[in-house]
Amino acid sequence: MGIISVYIISKAGGMIFSHDMPSQSREGEVEFQQYPVVGMLLEEVDRNLVVKFGEVRALDGGLIQVGYSLIAINGQNVVNKALADGRSALSVINDPTSFPLRLRFKRLKASINERIMLLSMFHSIYAISVRLSPEEHSKGIQCLEAQSFNFHCMQTRTGVKFIVIADKQQQKVSELLRKIYELYTDYVLKNPFYSLDMPIKCELFTSNLLKVLDVADKDKGYTTGTTTA
Amino acid sequence: MSRQYVGRSQSDRKVSVSGELFALTYGALVAQLVKDYETDDEINKQLNKMGYNIGIRLIEDFLARFPDIGRCYDLKSTADILAKQGFKTFLGIVPLVANWNAKGDEFSLILEYNPLCDFVELSEDHPNLLYSNIICGVLRGALEMVQLDVDVWFVQDTLKGDDTTEIRLKLNKRLEDAVPAGED
Repeated sequence: MGIISVYIISKAGGMIFSHDMPSQSREGEVEFQQYPVVGMLLEEVDRNLVVKFGEVRALDGGLIQVGYSLIAINGQNVVNKALADGRSALSVINDPTSFPLRLRFKRLKASINERIMLLSMFHSIYAISVRLSPEEHSKGIQCLEAQSFNFHCMQTRTGVKFIVIADKQQQKVSELLRKIYELYTDYVLKNPFYSLDMPIKCELFTSNLLKVLDVADKDKGYTTGTTTA
Repeated sequence: MSRQYVGRSQSDRKVSVSGELFALTYGALVAQLVKDYETDDEINKQLNKMGYNIGIRLIEDFLARFPDIGRCYDLKSTADILAKQGFKTFLGIVPLVANWNAKGDEFSLILEYNPLCDFVELSEDHPNLLYSNIICGVLRGALEMVQLDVDVWFVQDTLKGDDTTEIRLKLNKRLEDAVPAGED
């Protein structure tokens, strides 16, 4: 897994950059011969139809579990809970005449809006952590450890935060954070068309970031091809 | 004479740009501003604004290059770092820090050599033009990003006939509400 994601938060707390390394996000297809759909309970959550309860074995042997979202019916993509021809996915699933039915599920990552919200929450928690510190001039949260990943954060003296989410074996993350800071000062700030605190859409920054992340990943012995998520 | 400036570019190649090219580019910029604006005051203001936009970006570059420089909690250390590392890194000169006022919130930077005006002579049509006013903007922008509200202005200018170039810097206040968490 190596490095999972990179985020940059502006000094006001808004997310200005996010990048996910491509991961083997599990997806699988299930075939139902006849109405109704047995073994899983589907419910609408925001813009997706999500498995709320139940587990079904997919055709390739994998397991479709709670949290997986419906992404295709009979090969047609489901976008915002509806098929391309306008029929809602739920109506197709509840219609006995549409069977046999092939449903494809995938574990989706958080949407952009969700991430913006979560990162601004982190920005506030970071400020709280400074207040809670028994020492003066405490630096705030540097690493949040979870069971399967670590969330590393570096705040620059101007308040911009660089965040790297990596698996627990990843070493030298602080070096990586510093390198990303250097890339930011070079390819983002020196771009005359970029305004401060705005979302970063600089090609040069992204391509150089991918190179740096590749190197960091290889350092760990992982070789994942990188494409921008 | 040509001074060499070294910059970081893609794939970390060190690119040398001739100092003359830099001085010429700046000169062309000022010449164009003189054509575009009517009064010297307007031109000075524009130069200051441009400098400000440079300063707010330059400061991060500076902080990234020198991660060991800690936050300054008094004006004396700020002045020292400005002169000995800031100016040195970007313009290759080390100005002298002098003429502190009694309260300790004003000081001067005395530049013996200004790389921007190597080949420049001010014309009589523009007696109030502050040719290197971009430097004042850069200092103002950079210090504002580290939460110091300052006023920067020229006191003496070799282009106007003085002996040295003197830039004066006055600290107005610390921008308390903009300080990032953990930095105070």
